[in-house]
Amino acid sequence: MKRIYMDNNATTAVRPEVIEAMLPFFHEHFGNPSSVHWAGRAVSGAVEKAREQVATLLNCSPAEIVFTSCGSEGDNMALIGSAEALKAKGDHIITTTVEHPAVLNTCEYLEKNGFRVTYLPVDRDGMLDLAELEAAITDKTILISVMWANNETGNIFPIAEIGEIARKHKVRFHTDAVQAVGKLPVDVQASKVDLLVISGHKIGAPKGVGAIYIRRGTRLIPLIHGGHQERNRRAGTHNVAGIVALGKACELAGAEIDENYAKLKRLRDRLEKGIIEKVGEVKLNGHPTERLPNTLNVSFAYIEGESLLLNFDMKGIAASSGSACTSGSLEPSHVMGAMCVEVSLAHSSTRFSLGHDNTEEDIDYVLEVLPPIVQRLREMSPLYNCKQDNCDNCDTVKML
Amino acid sequence: MYTDKVMDHFSNPRNVGEIDGADGVGEVGNASCGDIMKIFLKVENDVITDVKFKTFGCGAAIATSSMVTEMAMGKTLDEALELSNAAVAEALDGLPAQKMHCSNLAADALHEAIKDYKAKHP
Repeated sequence: MKRIYMDNNATTAVRPEVIEAMLPFFHEHFGNPSSVHWAGRAVSGAVEKAREQVATLLNCSPAEIVFTSCGSEGDNMALIGSAEALKAKGDHIITTTVEHPAVLNTCEYLEKNGFRVTYLPVDRDGMLDLAELEAAITDKTILISVMWANNETGNIFPIAEIGEIARKHKVRFHTDAVQAVGKLPVDVQASKVDLLVISGHKIGAPKGVGAIYIRRGTRLIPLIHGGHQERNRRAGTHNVAGIVALGKACELAGAEIDENYAKLKRLRDRLEKGIIEKVGEVKLNGHPTERLPNTLNVSFAYIEGESLLLNFDMKGIAASSGSACTSGSLEPSHVMGAMCVEVSLAHSSTRFSLGHDNTEEDIDYVLEVLPPIVQRLREMSPLYNCKQDNCDNCDTVKML
Repeated sequence: MYTDKVMDHFSNPRNVGEIDGADGVGEVGNASCGDIMKIFLKVENDVITDVKFKTFGCGAAIATSSMVTEMAMGKTLDEALELSNAAVAEALDGLPAQKMHCSNLAADALHEAIKDYKAKHP
């Protein structure tokens, strides 16, 4: 059976060049980079090289990069570390309703610990009102946290404009750029961010490594206490092989950014157009144009997301859904909810996120197998061709 | 995540469709919880002679709907009223824990259809 992976916003395959770069750091160069002897010296250079590679991609100084274990750690560090460092100045944080749980649940934690959080709403296209953002700033606001791009819809937020607002009001600005890095140019100088979080496994490095950009002069209370690694900003023995891998993945991402963007967008646009034309009664979730080049989120009216994903899986296609049944809760995706996507359509929201290895043939295959799957499920659905008058359930799918 | 039996009923669901002029129709669930099940019955002399379903929902919702139609077919109304959601789940060799509450409603839909039949045929 064909295997087609279109869930690259969840995780990516490690790039062969990255595996090659990291392999020597398991056995041959196994030392602890904090050691002074030959074994340590052999790897501390590799960690510093990786730091430069990450810094080059983000356009910052290597000293402003701290390695972490994942995106969630970076977001926790940015939010909790800022809140603790700035609590004498204020107690108010501004974020959005569509952040990744790594930010949202950390904000909830901070609320339980005495901080106040404003969650900015989005419109039906999933975009923010920047006037509303600026109006939310008070003299107690210590941090603005807005993701660079949304993981579910791919929507890109105007980070440079938000950075401008934050700077004007002298408020610290954090962005979760986990989905943006590698897919878009990400420049911390042009965007005026103070804290920026990335994750290795979204860009062809393995799981278990990430990094945070901390603008020089930005004081953070560490999350992990212990040794003096990362200039006392993050304790814990370095994940050397992972860090080397992240560095290599960043180098590749930087070198390929234009080519990669063009390819992903070409494939995604074909998939989008093909699905809308061939299936019908499909709703695009997210902004029509201000979107990551690789992400397509659509709802197929009358059917539920998990049953769709299971059928895709039987045909070898890996995608993801905002349905409650795949979220582990009884609620559909909070992002769909924030965009006021009608509830049965939210349950049917399906995300295709393309990656480095996808081809034109993959798009052909998905466009061939998808329409009959949708049709078969629709014919099983009581909402499809419902002949009942004034059916409450049918009213829920009318907002296509 | 799902048993082979669930996947079998999910990928080859039995008795999908509607019955024109059904003697009883039952519907449970709503769009907000992500599952809507509708059961159609044909009844002769208090025996279920045909049963069909239509379901909007996840794999478990579709598989339990399919299974309940198989279990109800040929049963008397009283026997069918004895069928429980738990028995349907058991006949599928079990459901994942998080599905036991939200998507295991097929017997309820069957009972609603029987109630509808009884209301129309007092």
